[in-house]
Amino acid sequence: MSELIVTRHGRVLQLTLNRPAARNALNNALLTQLATELEAAAVDGDISACVIYGNERCFAAGADLNEMAEKDLPATLNDIRPQLWARINAFPKPLIAAVNGFALGAGCELALLCDVVIAGDNARFGLPEITLGIMPGAGGTQRLIRSVGKSLASKMVLTGESISAQQAQHAGLVSDIFPAPLTLEYALKQAALMARHSPLALQAAKQALRQSQEVPLQAGLAQERQLFTLLSATDDRREGIEAFLQKRTPDFKGR
Amino acid sequence: MVEFILSQVEQGVMTITLNRPERLNSFNDVMHQQLSECLKQAERDDTIRCLLITGAGRGFCAGQDLNDRNVDPNGPAPDLGMSVETFYNPLVRRLARLPKPVIAAVNGVAAGAGATLALGCDMVIAARSANFVMAFSKLGLVPDCGGTWLLPRVAGRARAMGLALLGDKLSAEQAQAWGMIWQVVDDEQLSSTAQQMALHFVSQPTFGLGLIKQAINAAETNSLDAQLDLERDYQRLAGRSDDYREGVSAFLAKRTPNFTGK
Repeated sequence: MSELIVTRHGRVLQLTLNRPAARNALNNALLTQLATELEAAAVDGDISACVIYGNERCFAAGADLNEMAEKDLPATLNDIRPQLWARINAFPKPLIAAVNGFALGAGCELALLCDVVIAGDNARFGLPEITLGIMPGAGGTQRLIRSVGKSLASKMVLTGESISAQQAQHAGLVSDIFPAPLTLEYALKQAALMARHSPLALQAAKQALRQSQEVPLQAGLAQERQLFTLLSATDDRREGIEAFLQKRTPDFKGR
Repeated sequence: MVEFILSQVEQGVMTITLNRPERLNSFNDVMHQQLSECLKQAERDDTIRCLLITGAGRGFCAGQDLNDRNVDPNGPAPDLGMSVETFYNPLVRRLARLPKPVIAAVNGVAAGAGATLALGCDMVIAARSANFVMAFSKLGLVPDCGGTWLLPRVAGRARAMGLALLGDKLSAEQAQAWGMIWQVVDDEQLSSTAQQMALHFVSQPTFGLGLIKQAINAAETNSLDAQLDLERDYQRLAGRSDDYREGVSAFLAKRTPNFTGK
């Protein structure tokens, strides 16, 4: 069985991390497969959104420590891992993490990289790198603080302690919590709901949301307006508004 | 090893007997550890479909054994939070989360954490001579083992305040009259009544019962909106159980269902 299972549900792509013996530890091989699948999906006009899932008990419990332990300073300096993360991060369509059980270390960072995190009631989020004498190396210190604020992010990064799904939801890391056996199903529903909308609008909206983390408000507003203007040139915009006015379901073509 | 906890599994019922009768089954650290081992088994073993907790001898449980808490008047203050965090809180959380019914058969005095532990079980049956004593306030302490959360919920705020602040003895009959426990039976009936209830539960759709328990527990803190969502989720899960299928087909075929608990 492959370590990354690829499933299609209409316009939604489901990527399932499948290294149960290693609690879905994200080694370079698995990250490469993820990046490759997402790059293929990015240019596939039949895919509108993607859900990343682990299993009912574990999302991903970290990076592969054996792989990391071998690397000294020069090897770490030239590690391809940051590029793998960058490739995953470049996915331009909505990306949902459906998290049951442990999302620790790199697993937590993968969830943070996604646009939406939907959690099972058994989910736990944490960055325990500090307990190993290292620190988060794939966005953990940057993305966490942007979603949960300074105090909680610092506590998690500096103590290595994890938080529950409820805490994560209160703090803004997680959008919804469901019983663990339903997490994937509901995440796919959310993805399907997104996938009903115009693909170009989804991409533009995602880009605007992403840019809010990169630029000051005025620049963000200007970019938002440019993207908004861009959509005015699409067929789908005409179709969306027409369908609304005629009280029918829109038929988006992605152009 | 001294057995401060007796446990036996029979016909799907795990019976846990608190067993330090000469100390009214009050808790010490070793007893907590032994109880924890039993709970581990109850959590892991799907063939156990009901948990029954009772006490050996004339008492149910007198809470924390104060002999273990010698307070040296000249020494530093003890950290009572330590044993609450290490033992009582995990115990209460585990019993609440256990997805199967937990029956307390209160055979005699239940005092302090013994009282709040008993009242926190899903079904409480008490012997007529049993009583509940919120002894904490008389020692300058706070009801623990879930006491302050539980009492206003089972007794209402006014009675909870009275019970906790006065620390007086509450008879089993009064507890029943106030709706704090399910049933009072004559002393000699207690064991058989509790056993009968446990045997009933092991023949029932355990998965569904577990969901009911979780839902009612969740309702204590949820808003109506959140609870309606939870009911939708749990009903979805329940609808996928083998027992639901069996229940419906038995109903349509007018026969007795044979539930497996899955």
